[in-house]
Amino acid sequence: MSLLSLTGVSTFYGAIQALRDVSLEVNEGEIVTLIGANGAGKSTLMMTVCGSPQARAGSIVYDGTDITRMPTLLIMRRRIAQAPEGRRIFGRMTVRENLIMGAEVAGQSNIAGVMDEVCALFPRLRERLAQRGGTLSGGEQQMLAIGRALMARPRLLLLDEPSLGLAPLVVRQIFSAIRTLNRETGLTVLLVEQNAHQALRLAHRGYVLVNGAITMAGSGLDLLARPEIRAAYLEGGG
Amino acid sequence: MTNVPGVPALAYALQQLINGVTLGMIYGLIAVGYTMVYGIIGMINFAHGDIFMVGSFLSLIALLGLASLGITAVPLALALTLIFAAGLAALYGWTVERVAYRPLRGSFRLAPLISAIGMSIVLQNFVQVGQGARVKPMEALLPGGIALMDDGNFAVQLSWMQIAIVVTTLVVLAVFTWLVTKTPLGRSMRACEQDLKMAGLMGIDTDRTISLTFVIGAALAAVAGLLFLLYYGVIDFFIGFLAGVKAFTAAVLGGIGSLPGAVLGGLLIGLIEVGWSAFLPVEYKDVAAFSVLILVLIFRPNGIMGRAEVEKV
Repeated sequence: MSLLSLTGVSTFYGAIQALRDVSLEVNEGEIVTLIGANGAGKSTLMMTVCGSPQARAGSIVYDGTDITRMPTLLIMRRRIAQAPEGRRIFGRMTVRENLIMGAEVAGQSNIAGVMDEVCALFPRLRERLAQRGGTLSGGEQQMLAIGRALMARPRLLLLDEPSLGLAPLVVRQIFSAIRTLNRETGLTVLLVEQNAHQALRLAHRGYVLVNGAITMAGSGLDLLARPEIRAAYLEGGG
Repeated sequence: MTNVPGVPALAYALQQLINGVTLGMIYGLIAVGYTMVYGIIGMINFAHGDIFMVGSFLSLIALLGLASLGITAVPLALALTLIFAAGLAALYGWTVERVAYRPLRGSFRLAPLISAIGMSIVLQNFVQVGQGARVKPMEALLPGGIALMDDGNFAVQLSWMQIAIVVTTLVVLAVFTWLVTKTPLGRSMRACEQDLKMAGLMGIDTDRTISLTFVIGAALAAVAGLLFLLYYGVIDFFIGFLAGVKAFTAAVLGGIGSLPGAVLGGLLIGLIEVGWSAFLPVEYKDVAAFSVLILVLIFRPNGIMGRAEVEKV
């Protein structure tokens, strides 16, 4: 069953068109990845789902409701959470406060319980609870950004470039945490990545975005095997 | 420095310290409003000083009204006045943001600043027309005090009014600190201050949070307005300008965006102004505050507790 579906979505920044007639589906319980080069419109697509900016054409349906014209804050209160590009943690708040924010904004009442779950997933966060977010390492900040999103107990997690700028070991940790979450709790994930190799291996399905339009779709392993994908996104990378 | 003849230097200095702290508390309360609004939407709310003035007038109206109703017990009258003035001033603050700033959000940076200057003029003229241009006197509510270091010639006066001002300010600031550091609203405010876009992405109602920031800042300014009225006993429609600029100086001195900095800056400006009046020509006391503003902007633009401005990526 489709949890999120985009149909013919176009997004503009002023006069510049960032997304062209994009259609994609994310089914309940799936990890779907969106790969593409820098500037292809991956983050724009994430932000369009969140209503900031809103799509100029097309429709976005989440859990049976049309959210295309909904204000961001109402969309985010429907158990959609985003760990955005650049992490955007609150650097002058403690790790604990960052996590609490994620829960209380979503109206989550069992804050201590959910925080325990998040800390079990990322034990490093438990050690750092009293520390300011800005003092964490890059990897820890990424864990905090994901943890903060998870505090809302989302059904759909939007993850924007979680591997950016991180050491391979940390990337593996984070990807394995995402896999665990998906398997054990059935969390649906839309993952935007430049690190195509790992993303496609993690995801059930993938889409390729080029210049704001979707050019290929298929299962993760299927895309991974295609020569044009290998040539464009994988050679020399990974 | 010159000594006043016949007055022991230490006692005289202590007296100025007491006076300076009292005045500084009032500036600090106003400065918090400047710094909060700057932190969250990056604009200087030039109408904030006039909200303080409106708060002062509301306090005067409330005190006279209560007296005519026969409520003369000082603590009760002060408490009721505080609630009345802070509540109504908060409404003014909310309205100013709603009418003059929110429609300009996302506009070029100078637009809300110009709008703020306009709002300041509107509020001044509104009070001038409604209340008249003449100075309004108010008799002392709490006469008397404690005499310290009395040597028969000169005594350091610590008036009940000064004690009331300091205690009120400390209580209000304690409540305010609790609100900002421990409550969901405070967390939302800090989140908006640190990353407005991310706050919105988490589902925080950023418009509401910004409104509440104005509401809280205005309420604090109204408390300062009440204290100013009690301390000086005279107000007019123009007091918001000078007090506003000095509180703004305090906010810059402390580090704009920093809440403890605003209170510290307020205290310093109060002490500098009183110190200047005590030892140097009193006519130039306002020059002192503005010289400080210039010096801070030249030598330490981030203020005492301010952060270096980091360009966000």
